[in-house]
Amino acid sequence: MSRRSDTLEPRTVEADKVVDSVCPYCAVGCAQKVFVKDGKVTQIEGNPASPISRGRLCPKGSASKQLVTSPTRVTKVRYRRPYATEWEDLDLETAVDMIADRVIKTRRQFWQEETDGKRTRRTLGIASLGGATLDNEENYLMKKLYTAMGAIQIENQARI
Amino acid sequence: MAEAHPVGFQWVVEAKRRGATIIHVDPRFTRTSALADVHVPIRAGSDIAFLGGLVNHVLSNDADFREYVVAYTNAANIVDSDFQDTEDLDGLFSGYDPESGHYDPTTWRYEPPEDPTSDEQELQQELEHEEHEGGSDGHAQAHLAAQSEARGSGGAAVPWKGRRDETLQHPRCVYQILKRHFSRYTPEMVQEVCGISPEQLRQVAESLVANSGRERTAAFCYAVGWTQHTTGAQMIRTASILQLLLGNIGRPGGGIMALRGHASIQGSTDIPTLFNILPGYLPMRHADQHQSLDQWLADDEGKAGFWGESRSYAVSLLKSYWGDAATPDNDFCFDYLPRVTGDHSSYTTVKAQIEGRCKGYFLVGENPAVGSANGKMQRLGLANLDWLVVRDLQMIESATFWKDGPEIETGELVTEEIGTEVFFLPAASHVEKAGSFTQTQRMLQWRDKAVEPPGDARSELQFYFQLGKRIRQKLAGSTDEMDRPLLDLTWDYPADELGDPEPETVLREINGTGPDGAALSAYTELKADGSTACGCWIYCGVYADETNMARRRKPHWEQNQVAPEWGWVWPANRRILYNRASAAPDGSPWSERKRYIWWDADEGKWTGDDVPDFIPDRSPDYVPEDGAKGPAAIRGTDPFIMQTDGKGWLFATVGLADGPMPTHYEPPESPLPNPLYQQQNNPTRRSLATASNPLNPSYTEVFPYVFTTYRLTEHHTAGGMSRTLPYLTELQPEPFCEVSPRLAAERGLEHLGWATIVTSRTAIEARVLVTDRVRSLRLGDRTIEQIGLPYHWGPNGLVPGDSPNDLVNVTMDPNVYIQDKVGTCDIRPGRRPRGSALTAYVEEYRRRAGVEETTTEGTQG
Ligand code: SF4
Repeated sequence: MSRRSDTLEPRTVEADKVVDSVCPYCAVGCAQKVFVKDGKVTQIEGNPASPISRGRLCPKGSASKQLVTSPTRVTKVRYRRPYATEWEDLDLETAVDMIADRVIKTRRQFWQEETDGKRTRRTLGIASLGGATLDNEENYLMKKLYTAMGAIQIENQARI
Repeated sequence: MAEAHPVGFQWVVEAKRRGATIIHVDPRFTRTSALADVHVPIRAGSDIAFLGGLVNHVLSNDADFREYVVAYTNAANIVDSDFQDTEDLDGLFSGYDPESGHYDPTTWRYEPPEDPTSDEQELQQELEHEEHEGGSDGHAQAHLAAQSEARGSGGAAVPWKGRRDETLQHPRCVYQILKRHFSRYTPEMVQEVCGISPEQLRQVAESLVANSGRERTAAFCYAVGWTQHTTGAQMIRTASILQLLLGNIGRPGGGIMALRGHASIQGSTDIPTLFNILPGYLPMRHADQHQSLDQWLADDEGKAGFWGESRSYAVSLLKSYWGDAATPDNDFCFDYLPRVTGDHSSYTTVKAQIEGRCKGYFLVGENPAVGSANGKMQRLGLANLDWLVVRDLQMIESATFWKDGPEIETGELVTEEIGTEVFFLPAASHVEKAGSFTQTQRMLQWRDKAVEPPGDARSELQFYFQLGKRIRQKLAGSTDEMDRPLLDLTWDYPADELGDPEPETVLREINGTGPDGAALSAYTELKADGSTACGCWIYCGVYADETNMARRRKPHWEQNQVAPEWGWVWPANRRILYNRASAAPDGSPWSERKRYIWWDADEGKWTGDDVPDFIPDRSPDYVPEDGAKGPAAIRGTDPFIMQTDGKGWLFATVGLADGPMPTHYEPPESPLPNPLYQQQNNPTRRSLATASNPLNPSYTEVFPYVFTTYRLTEHHTAGGMSRTLPYLTELQPEPFCEVSPRLAAERGLEHLGWATIVTSRTAIEARVLVTDRVRSLRLGDRTIEQIGLPYHWGPNGLVPGDSPNDLVNVTMDPNVYIQDKVGTCDIRPGRRPRGSALTAYVEEYRRRAGVEETTTEGTQG
């Protein structure tokens, strides 16, 4: 080791905290250690304690710090009006409120109390796709809310 | 596996180091092949023929694990005398209705008892009633609603256990039927269908047989190379048959491992965001078949095995949805469940969008414009919505189709004419929220939160919680009956000052609570009287003792090799399912080497390193009384406790849409006639007729080559999480196609040059990789060329490129509605035409191939 490299320290040494996590890509489920300094992720490494991964991460898992710190991540709500050619800004609260209005309207518009003489109590106006990259708790709330809405075309990547 | 599940593959390498033989079956030579003992190149989509050849080898050489087969499978069961095989009907089973394209499975049943007990009579009547109710075909209805998937944690119910001939000599016993059925899958036939030589087939078969039995076990790992076909469910069935014959299920080192592709794709199936099931694989309510709570549960309730307790699971789910509003008097709000009437799966929904029948759409961490088959269909659907909500980390193609999608380039869509209102809401990443993923071995692992999400980014948990709150506020006071399910919903999670709910409270609701409000420890505690609530019965126990079991992280070096204190595995933290089969019928281990779970006669219980998958104190010699129900009906020698007959099914009397045994059919687009039968394609496949989904005719000179899609180590699915990262895009910067030197010569393709690949859907361009990794295959007297296409690219991201999924047609497996990723195509040197010249180019191919014109597609509703 040269004298200079002797003085170097890994980024992980100066972390304020190290948080246990799991790789967000494939279903192997490799354990990760997330190093945080000043409220920012500074490094993500494999966790040797895991009986699944024994500390290893593949290229994707190893690149996941870039996933969470990516400069091209979208961090502001974007809104495209019907027939518009460009995005606009929109306040998050307003966006959620507008979506709630649209759900209520479309649900009502496509409501089927009956279908071919059989009670169905549903709407075919609203569909949803995605879930395999999300948490169990999130999938649970999604299915619960959609079911209460009467929306049934709820699907995710498992269908592919 | 080394490519798409690299860290999981370390265990394969570890096994090899300890002497295991590794066999890799794949159209391409990959990083997996490089480390395997044997690479078996195969024609994409021909796996049933290959596996069928192995089954034939085992059966015709009496090489099965006979003790296991007789005791633990339905090999000895006698099948109804009216059953007819594909051998008799040239590729069809008895019960096929050519008009509807569906099977009536009545003749696939076990032979009815001569002297049925009253219970058996009742069950049979129930089944017949279901079949013929109102003149409609119950089986067809069930399959249209993809209800076989409701068997995700157990088998379909049979009315009687049936007569058995344990000598396996009866001509109508399953063993003999299987033997006749697979006798056609000879080594020569396998070569003609798959392009695998008889020598190589024998090598694989002998290696499997040598590594099975009392002393040894063999395992299969698969991924979407098996699932994404019109015969996908039956490919996996063939492997199940083989593994049951070899005695490799429920034993350490055995099994069939599904290697799933997303962090929590297993979790999103268990707690489904899927149209056909509710949490814990309870079927969605069907308008015809489930007009009452009793009817909904009739399939399973009271029958042998743990599905017999389904009422407890169902009522507890309704209680966790509707809380105090769910009472015995109103059937626990059963009427609040919306009803399915058939296929409401993703592709069928896209067709409804194109036709203007579905107007609002949420895309949550999924990018169908790139990730789903036939991207054009997806985008035409998106362009015909009233509103679209996209929640993702990056600006994905499904959010920008109106601005820069491929159809904007060709002029098929015009931005100013697209009426879809688009909301893009940024999502929190995996380190910006706490929660659990369920990985591919059914293991829940908890992530702690490391940092706050940036800007407007929020977790899905927060978004849906807030959306639900707002909808309920806006509807508050409504007297409209249709709003009751929303207003009566339990929706009051404790949240922080930003409105982010506490995820552990949701996990606790999923786990379930008892009459005293305390967390339950096991699904056996669930009750049917409404005194317990549970959001997903198979997850009951993940919050036992008020402790988040998914958050356990005891290092593996402090535990035995099962490592039971890392995370939590459903059900009941059991790592190997059906592990009672790891012991012989008398309860002793099959061998010392393969000791896993065994009967401790002194203690009077099952024991071992794992949680026994059996009633803990049921002795091996227990024989249930006549008329016993539910768990009480499980014999001491029946390891498959979720099956009503306790046996592993070599022959599936019910539950599958396309036959009781697997049969090779050609993919919907194929370069050759089916060498096995007159019947070319799966007769029950689900086609999707719409103008943007034309099919190439089979065996045409216009589309002479086979293509298939796959993943690369350095990218992830539709690329939203990988094409946006500099490290990964540097490693794999451009879309490419892999072709054999022979094909390159035939079409004049240059290594590193451009090629255009064309199907009836569209044409795309990619760089050419001429390589021996893709072999020209000899099938009898013909040679087949296959083109390999990694599918991760699209117009957005750091490294844009055409999307190979735009080439894929949508024709689906009839059990699960997954598309066939194999198709036919042409390939030519050079880049593809631009703009409207592209549509004209593809149009010309369609004309030459004689593709039937469907009416022009309206994109406005
Ligand atoms: S590190 Fe690689 S193998 Fe492990 S979970 Fe992530 S993507 Fe899968």
